[in-house]
Amino acid sequence: MIDPRRSLALKMGDNALILAQQNSKWCGHTPTLEEDIAFANVSLDLMGHAQMWLNFVASLDGNGQTADKLAFLRDAIDFRNSLLCERPNTDFAVTLVRQYFFDVWHLEQLNHLKVGTDSTIVGISTKALVEVEYHRERSRNLVIKLGYGTEESHTKIQSAIDSLWPYFGNLFEDSDLDKKLFDLGISPLPSSLRETILGTISGDCKLASLNVPDNRFFHKGANIGHHTEELGFILAEMQYLQRSFPNCEW
Amino acid sequence: MNEEWPLWEVFIRGQHGTAHRHVGSLHATDSETAMNNARDVYTRRNEGLSIWVVQSSQITASIPSKKGPLFEASKDKVYRHPSFYKIPDEVEKI
Repeated sequence: MIDPRRSLALKMGDNALILAQQNSKWCGHTPTLEEDIAFANVSLDLMGHAQMWLNFVASLDGNGQTADKLAFLRDAIDFRNSLLCERPNTDFAVTLVRQYFFDVWHLEQLNHLKVGTDSTIVGISTKALVEVEYHRERSRNLVIKLGYGTEESHTKIQSAIDSLWPYFGNLFEDSDLDKKLFDLGISPLPSSLRETILGTISGDCKLASLNVPDNRFFHKGANIGHHTEELGFILAEMQYLQRSFPNCEW
Repeated sequence: MNEEWPLWEVFIRGQHGTAHRHVGSLHATDSETAMNNARDVYTRRNEGLSIWVVQSSQITASIPSKKGPLFEASKDKVYRHPSFYKIPDEVEKI
């Protein structure tokens, strides 16, 4: 019988891990020095969250399981991150909007987990929350500023919103385990966050005359391991060292 | 049009300090972003309790070539230093 907390912790950990990996590729390449440091900070924060969540998963698994093994030795089908987090960086606008969408969901989710009934999950969420509050403040600020910035920045942010839109709906899909977690008072039903989150995003976008697509089509499947082809490339790079030199340490 | 973002000076009050100290500068489009950037660039290692940012163009600085009239005059006025009286033994900290 699977501990439902495992599936929640895995989802939280994989989202943080994959987004951190994607963001870290910007290190040394962002448009300005200040953004470079900020993005590296966000990546490190998320990597810290991934470590806490995956350590928790490892402790539930027992049998010598570790966070490192979970990160570096699983295949794409075993990852539970949202499709949003694995979208390619493309350009800085896409990266920013991806971060902003994720931050809005992340903050809402952690605020609910923080008042749940499981002490480990409450602990991790409380610790992560102070960082995520800042992440959301920053990404929101930049998306709005660029939204009403120049014609070019507006166009780029708008097209980033349009292109990422279908990829984050799977954060609101309920599974049987999610229903169990809800009954235990550990976490909210993913679908119950949907209207609040879409409302927050619409409100922010309106401030910068950005349009949120009417389209409510969202790709499904990430929750059962059906990812886009991008995740394969991400893992190939991220796991290369452990796959090529098993058990190597540094 | 100037494409460069404005420069901001960053002042941070540290854990034990009472005054804000100038720590450096950065570029940002507006005060809110300058504040966020200051947080990321200058307080990553838990240095600060409070941040001030001020646009560099708003600072009026003294002109180095005028340092004579500004500072020379006080050089020979040692009596302006409070060092010509005895501190009673009872006063431990001053």
